[in-house]
Amino acid sequence: MKPAAALADALITLGDDHLILGHRLSQWCGHAPMLEEDLSMPNMALDMLGQARNLYTYAGGLENKGRNEDDLAYLRTDREYKNCLLVERPNGDFAHTMLRQLYFAAFMHPFWQAATTSADDKIQGFAEKAVKEIAYHIRHAGEWVIRLGDGTEESAQRMGEAVIALHGYTDELFSTTDTMQICIEANLLPDPERLRDQWDQTIEQVFAEAFLTIPEIPFPQEGGRDGRHTEDFGHLLSELQYMQRTYPGMTW
Amino acid sequence: MSTQHMPLWEVFIRPRNGLDHKHVGSIHAADSKMALQSARDVYTRREEGNSIWVVQSRDIIASDPDKAAENFDPAGDKVYRHPSFYDIPDDVGHM
Amino acid sequence: MYSQGLIGTNTETEESEEFLAAFQARIDREEKIEANDPMPEAYRKTLIRQIGQHAHSEIVGMLPEGNWITRAPTLRRKLALLAKVQDEGGHGLYLYSAAETLGISREQMTEELLTGKAKYSSIFNYPTPSWADMGAIGWLVDGAAIMNQVPLCRCSFGPYARAMVRICKEESFHQRQGYELMSVLAKGAPEQKQMAQDALNRWWWPSLMMFGPYDSDSSHSDQNMEWKIKRFSNDELRQKFVDATVPQAELIGLTMPDPDLKWNPDRNKGQGGYDIGEIDWSEFWRVVKGGGPMNRDRIAARTKAWEDGAWVREAALAHADKRRARRAAAQEAAE
Repeated sequence: MKPAAALADALITLGDDHLILGHRLSQWCGHAPMLEEDLSMPNMALDMLGQARNLYTYAGGLENKGRNEDDLAYLRTDREYKNCLLVERPNGDFAHTMLRQLYFAAFMHPFWQAATTSADDKIQGFAEKAVKEIAYHIRHAGEWVIRLGDGTEESAQRMGEAVIALHGYTDELFSTTDTMQICIEANLLPDPERLRDQWDQTIEQVFAEAFLTIPEIPFPQEGGRDGRHTEDFGHLLSELQYMQRTYPGMTW
Repeated sequence: MSTQHMPLWEVFIRPRNGLDHKHVGSIHAADSKMALQSARDVYTRREEGNSIWVVQSRDIIASDPDKAAENFDPAGDKVYRHPSFYDIPDDVGHM
Repeated sequence: MYSQGLIGTNTETEESEEFLAAFQARIDREEKIEANDPMPEAYRKTLIRQIGQHAHSEIVGMLPEGNWITRAPTLRRKLALLAKVQDEGGHGLYLYSAAETLGISREQMTEELLTGKAKYSSIFNYPTPSWADMGAIGWLVDGAAIMNQVPLCRCSFGPYARAMVRICKEESFHQRQGYELMSVLAKGAPEQKQMAQDALNRWWWPSLMMFGPYDSDSSHSDQNMEWKIKRFSNDELRQKFVDATVPQAELIGLTMPDPDLKWNPDRNKGQGGYDIGEIDWSEFWRVVKGGGPMNRDRIAARTKAWEDGAWVREAALAHADKRRARRAAAQEAAE
């Protein structure tokens, strides 16, 4: 495979992570636990969706098949989305949502940091912008994880349940696809496996303050990077794609 | 319904270096970290600033409006504090 | 917008005729009234009611548009809609803060909303079954709201006026966003145009009702005008809205659902304006009294968010207490 085609494919995978997590976050809008959080969560969602647009648009140009950001976001089948399973997990309660955000942000922060030295100028540019956005997500979601973990008895219990429910999906953050491997070798994208220490450190730090323990995960969940998704994903797509599928080929 | 209220905080934003922090509004938060993050998320969505102060509303001491007259009216007739009080020859130009 | 700490300790004012006359004189001189200034109790109550109602409208108003965030047809539209609904949350927050300066808490106001004691704009009790409703709301509902809100920037109560200045500044993109969306549909495929026309048909009359009853039937107006909380009458604002909006519909090839709509050269002191048909006030009162299609669903959604969020808010407060206690203990140990 040519490097440009490999990069396009890898960027679509990365774009999928951002689109799906942004979509999930946006589902909260108008239903947050307090009004201030009804402004914070859309801020994070807008960051995610903005990055998805950049990644898709660049990927669409590289693959040169005439697909724009919306073709990529809206007009693929479930098997063609390569987002990791973590980001598609339903919002659950506020503890689940904040923990999911922390897990993802704690990975993307070192990822974008490393990507600022990518051999590709465009990726450098995305990384420089994204690294600032994602640093804030770690702080915001991390603070909530601490607050809930070390809040009331109920909140600690809910936070503990969220950890059990979601931790098994974090391993997949560090997995790669064939095209990502090509990009890593060409120094276009960072190697996720090398980011594990930083991720561990962030999570350990937050968990220590939140009085949470990292669970043993005998059977990690994965499959998204191969396009094998959870049952909830089809429902997410049916909502996301509703307009484009019902009224094909129109301008909005 | 919670019985305890989320404390109220006042938010001050500095639009850019060289300017003062200015009161922009308030938010509710349980502690100072939360207050700063909420202030950031609520009041700087359109590049309104590069620095934030938050202070719990109950910590602000305000002057009594009933004493406004005795506090502030006495400054009204001290015209000699202003440059326009002094006459200088026109030829001097700007001073 | 000003803290409870800044609210005057002496809220009981003896309302002698002299006091009321002096207060009115301040208003007539266009002086702003600030939160801790002495004010007639009725002025305070009216403002708490109006600002609270306005805040609730913003918050409930997040729901009909929030309904489409996950189904927006393009990424560009998704971002714009999400940012717009987020703004509405912000506007609710600014307004609650303005009301709080008058000595009521956000929690109290929320309770009043959820128990039905406080009202919000009836327009949000209509459903948003189609994507075109996002266009109609931005164009018509925000357009009507702007007519009401711009004069409020000069309202006599300082905190409310300042909140409105910020809100109007931020809202400037909302109406454009809606009209642009609508005009793309109107230029699009037949299904899209039909979708746009259908939305206009459903939203036009309720938008006109947003200005409230005819002046001849309105109860609050006179005193609020005198206090400069309100500066134009319902009918004046409604007429302005009609005159601005009818040509906008024509421009994109949509038809107002009003067979009696016609140009009247004598309106607006001979500058001309539009005559409209009779507004169906029975529908208006039905929705105000809880009989609109979405009244129950809206309050149910807000109640659910509030109740589901209770443990989060409690945890935040509990954690703050723990942090404070630990800091105090550490300090004591150090001394």
